[in-house]
Amino acid sequence: MLKKVKTVTIKADLCNGCRACEIVCSAFHASPPFSSVNPARSRIRIIRYPLSDIWMPVFAGEYTPAECMGRDKYVLDGKVYEECAFCRAVCPSRDAFKEPDSGLPLRCDMCEGEGEPWCVKKCLNHVLVVEEREEEAADQIYPQELEVGVESLVNRYGLGKIQDAVARRSTRG
Amino acid sequence: MRYAEAGYHLEIDLARGNIERVETDPKNLTTYLGGLGTNVKEMWDRVPPETKAFDPGNLFIMASGLLCGTPAYSCNRTVVSTISPQNNLLAYPMMGGFWSAELKYAGYDKIILRNKSPKLVYIWVHNDKVEIRDAEHLRGRGALETQELIKKELNQPNACVAAIGLAGENRVFTASIEQSRSSASRLGGGAVMGDKNVKAIAVRGTRDLYLARGAEFMQHMEEITKYINYRNENPLPNVMTILSGIGSPQEMKHTDEKWHTENFAWGNARTRRRGFWTDEINKSWSMTQTNAIKRYISCFNCPQQCGALVAHADVPRYMMKCFSKLTYSMAAYVDNLDFNFRIARMASEYGVDAFSTPQIMAFAVELLEAGILREKDFDGCPTDKEGRFFWLLDRIVRREGIGDVLANGTYYAAREIGNGAEELAHNTIKKHEQLPIKLGMLDPLYFLMYSTNEKVSITQIEGNWPQGAFPTKEEREAFVADWPQLPDDHFKQYLLDWEPRGEKANPFFPTPDMCAEIVDWMEMLHNIDDALGFCAGMASFCLKPPYHIHNYPKLISAATGMDIDEAGLRKMVRRSRNLHRAFNIRRGLTRADEKPPEDHWKRRFPEHEKLLMDTYYAYKGWNISGMPTRKTLEELDLGSVADDLESRGLLKEGENA
Ligand code: SF4
Ligand code: SF4
Ligand code: SF4
Repeated sequence: MLKKVKTVTIKADLCNGCRACEIVCSAFHASPPFSSVNPARSRIRIIRYPLSDIWMPVFAGEYTPAECMGRDKYVLDGKVYEECAFCRAVCPSRDAFKEPDSGLPLRCDMCEGEGEPWCVKKCLNHVLVVEEREEEAADQIYPQELEVGVESLVNRYGLGKIQDAVARRSTRG
Repeated sequence: MRYAEAGYHLEIDLARGNIERVETDPKNLTTYLGGLGTNVKEMWDRVPPETKAFDPGNLFIMASGLLCGTPAYSCNRTVVSTISPQNNLLAYPMMGGFWSAELKYAGYDKIILRNKSPKLVYIWVHNDKVEIRDAEHLRGRGALETQELIKKELNQPNACVAAIGLAGENRVFTASIEQSRSSASRLGGGAVMGDKNVKAIAVRGTRDLYLARGAEFMQHMEEITKYINYRNENPLPNVMTILSGIGSPQEMKHTDEKWHTENFAWGNARTRRRGFWTDEINKSWSMTQTNAIKRYISCFNCPQQCGALVAHADVPRYMMKCFSKLTYSMAAYVDNLDFNFRIARMASEYGVDAFSTPQIMAFAVELLEAGILREKDFDGCPTDKEGRFFWLLDRIVRREGIGDVLANGTYYAAREIGNGAEELAHNTIKKHEQLPIKLGMLDPLYFLMYSTNEKVSITQIEGNWPQGAFPTKEEREAFVADWPQLPDDHFKQYLLDWEPRGEKANPFFPTPDMCAEIVDWMEMLHNIDDALGFCAGMASFCLKPPYHIHNYPKLISAATGMDIDEAGLRKMVRRSRNLHRAFNIRRGLTRADEKPPEDHWKRRFPEHEKLLMDTYYAYKGWNISGMPTRKTLEELDLGSVADDLESRGLLKEGENA
């Protein structure tokens, strides 16, 4: 079957490091939308090492319950970056792309339902460019936010503890 | 629930090491907005007139503007407020960059420091966790270096760090506070931070900031965004390139410096070099600049790119913006830009004001050439222009030898050196070094702005009104045809009638009444920007800006939930400006201090200047001494301020004339 695929081209050389994309992403995903701002909740983040000329927009990828077997470590322009510095996965090895309070995973949903993704719209320097194309693909079901959240909780605490907690909550009314 | 503001201050008593998170009175928002407005209120309430800059009782405030951290583009100013060591008045150097938003997300609107730490420390704010940490190992470190070291030691690459360098540690009066690509540099804020023994303030925030009517806020931003895009694609015609765009002056992008190098004065604001900008210079300066600039960068949430990452030859990388690209070369009479890129990095590490400091060094060289300073004062100093400046900079920030005298700025240095030095310290207002400009004919608007503003620094006062009359009627008509930013349409006629020469020209036109109105409008806009935290480059400091008196009330209302109209907004900043003035008057500011440098214009008109001042004061609701009258203060609910000024014998009862 045919499926719509969105590709974001990230022209990182044009990024001026303003963080407008982070701001609007977090605001759009607040509930209700735009009722609050907190870039720490954004699903895009700018990895910033200004003096090394690194301003790298990275979108939050999929939640993964387990760390990679090996870690990548980049050396750019003589500077050694920390392990996994430019990875987009929401991974137990680090805090990136997790809700600051709950630690629950964040994933870029391409601002589902909106015409143009908000980060793209608010980046006036046109660093982020979306293209949509159709391609042949096997049926794929993207888990919803709630499911991803539950899965990460289960991975962290075990199903038993989560069930207990839910049961306690429900009896409390 | 608090909207747009965090609703908390972080109060730190450095002597006792006491840290408090203090909930603020919601009424401050509705009376003074935030940023500079509420800083002035804190200073008025808490810093008595006897307190000097380096007294423990002086407060050192670092504040976020009311709308910093919201999705409003270009709203990112940190407003520092403290007593200036240079003129004993309220200093409020500001900086762009990223710090103010981080503070908001950490849950605070202001950090207020009082008293002095017994040893050198830095402050680390991570949401609710606040620590005063030892900084002895950072003593003597550069302001940029310190930011990197602290981020590393905290293992917080996303923390924002505002730091001082050696100049601040040594209480040099031109010491700045540096952060990322920005610096708060005017009037010695860095010296007070150093006096309090605080090397840096690092902040990281991951909290929510609330908007009262967020969706509506975004709709207003939609319109503003359209205008920003439009202006970026359509520079204004008939004005100099540097004034044609929006944002702060695009010094990192423009390479054509004919205007600055030929119209601004070289040395200690001394000589204009007409004909300097030859093809050859153009080629060499442009090449140096293009090679040095690695990337254009912005402040927090701003689409413009006024700053740059500089990678010049073998000089360690640093970030630069604005006129600091030229000030050192021009002050030293060095005909290349290479020198400026080299010394500017050293100056940023030392943490000094890039306007005042080059002038101070040029002043020292002038004194040497005039025989007022001796060779022995320059013992060990290289004799070439560039070497001399490096040497002087080093002496000043270390306060060694002649550097100790110069570190207090040209005004005090001249008085200490004597022997005719006062004559050569010619470019200060209220003891503070000014832009190096020397012109011919008195400009009545600039005369008022220079003389009267609380900022004591012209670039934060001017902006919305064109710098000069357009030569042709057609140009004037075209300019006013599309000018929605004006507070009122009748201003259009002033511009239409304004001619470059003749009767309807400087110094008698605009008339004193018109001048008072125009200046009042421009400074009102600056006061709004400084309360909200907007970059003046996108509002009050730019022709036909994206933000103005007609859209500000909508943004403020949607963000805070407090419904405010234009009249309400004007009243709030009028209140803070009058309180600001009362604060300075209580500290000794008088009409006699309100004057531009003697030689700023060749052609002066004492009688007309007096009329300008009288008219402006009256327009502001001040008496002939420049003090807000009781009536003015009472209209702004500041009756107690009038009582205070009266009880000190400053304001005389019934003196409303
Ligand atoms: S909005 Fe654009 S320019 Fe700004 S940080 Fe994001 S990607 Fe970079
Ligand atoms: S596409 Fe939408 S969800 Fe994804 S990072 Fe951009 S604003 Fe956030
Ligand atoms: S216009 Fe320039 S100085 Fe102003 S906020 Fe934007 S980048 Fe910073």
